[in-house]
Amino acid sequence: MKVHVDMNLCQSHGECVVVAPDVFELGDDDVLVWQEDVDESRRDDMEAAVNACPMMAIRLED
Amino acid sequence: MRRLVVVGASLAGLRAAQAARNAGYDGELIVIGQEQHLPYTRPPLSKELLHGTQTRDQCAFPLGELQVDWRLGTQAVGLDRSAKQVLLADAEPVAYDRVIVATGCRARQWHGTGSELAGVHTLRSLDDATALAAELVPGRRLLIVGAGFIGCEVAASARSLGVEVTLVDIAEHPMLPLGRELGQRWLGMHQDHGVDVRLGVGIEALTGAGRLATAELSDATRVDADAVLFALGSQINSEWLADSRLELNPAVVCDSTLTSSQDPDVLAAGDVAAVPVPLAGGLPTRIEHWTTAAEHGQLAGRNALLEPHERATHHTPPYFWSDQYELKIQAVGCPALGARAELIEASAEGDRLVAACISDDDHVVGVVAVNAAKRLAWYRRQFTPGVPPALSELRAELSQDASTLGIPAAGASL
Repeated sequence: MKVHVDMNLCQSHGECVVVAPDVFELGDDDVLVWQEDVDESRRDDMEAAVNACPMMAIRLED
Repeated sequence: MRRLVVVGASLAGLRAAQAARNAGYDGELIVIGQEQHLPYTRPPLSKELLHGTQTRDQCAFPLGELQVDWRLGTQAVGLDRSAKQVLLADAEPVAYDRVIVATGCRARQWHGTGSELAGVHTLRSLDDATALAAELVPGRRLLIVGAGFIGCEVAASARSLGVEVTLVDIAEHPMLPLGRELGQRWLGMHQDHGVDVRLGVGIEALTGAGRLATAELSDATRVDADAVLFALGSQINSEWLADSRLELNPAVVCDSTLTSSQDPDVLAAGDVAAVPVPLAGGLPTRIEHWTTAAEHGQLAGRNALLEPHERATHHTPPYFWSDQYELKIQAVGCPALGARAELIEASAEGDRLVAACISDDDHVVGVVAVNAAKRLAWYRRQFTPGVPPALSELRAELSQDASTLGIPAAGASL
């Protein structure tokens, strides 16, 4: 699946980093970087990241 | 279980419903909400919605394929645990096998002289925010009573819109939970942005002919204003449970599985739940943060499907944030439990910092970061076991860490 983050919405809360540190990471400038292609086996974690984001910035695409 | 009822249709209630469905629950799922709106997120109400950079529709939570019987605009007025029914104000009672209480809080109202005037506001709901936004016209004068998170965020939003702002609080510094040292910093920041801050004073009365014109303060001064926002904190929506024989403090007292102390078929989540917090000595504590409501809701939704001995516990340390002017403030732990605050990281330019909130026995019970999101993420990991780290150990670790913002000299003031 594809992981999209709307960087106009992201405010670097880091909730997604707590849920899946291997997929999401904050850079030294506090800007989020993430893996766009994530294996289907991680769907539960990615859905948890979607729900954890206070800015509703994360979207999944099959 | 054939019927799960969630009372409360905001963040905690929504996450509970989603979690129950995601865990495979396919029985009846009823969510009762007092407001007419489907669940929406509240943080933008004091910021983006006032600025006009986010619309009401954009505050709505995406619901996807969620199968829920929504009962909106419906007020719960009682919980009859012997009959296992939620009593409603103007509809038939709703029977449940298990119920999740997620009725949250409401804005504390001010009831003094003049409280009935037009131009008097509180801020909790989408409709409150829309009404307040209409007042924020360049050149108009807004009085804000209460310099906590909501009051300070609205002050910053209003200033950026060219509104004249007077900020009043009976406390000696803004942002009381962050402590005196950080509060002084906030005071300076709001003053630098042109906010007229009056501390140590309260409101005696409001006057005006139909609409607010002047506020009389407790120091005998007067403030002319076109509108006033009372940002006096929140009150718990638990009165409807008064006859339920649940343990109320006045929040619903739960164990760490969010199960009420009196009834395994009643769980609670979010602002209305008092849950043991390790950083607070394990006492049942209410945490009014967005992320806690989301975490509670999700856990309560899963736990409601399980027998009591199978239920998982909540142990994530509290996290919260506030955006004011160009500053992003993020905090982990319970800063309000600290006896003092010390600077533990600061950039050379002074625009980014981390402060530790320290208990009397020199443990770090909270960390506040300003414009330092990546660093805050590191501190969140230090809190994960829920036990406050010792200040000396944390400082020793920081001195070995090349990724800090910079280590200030010992005793550097905030």
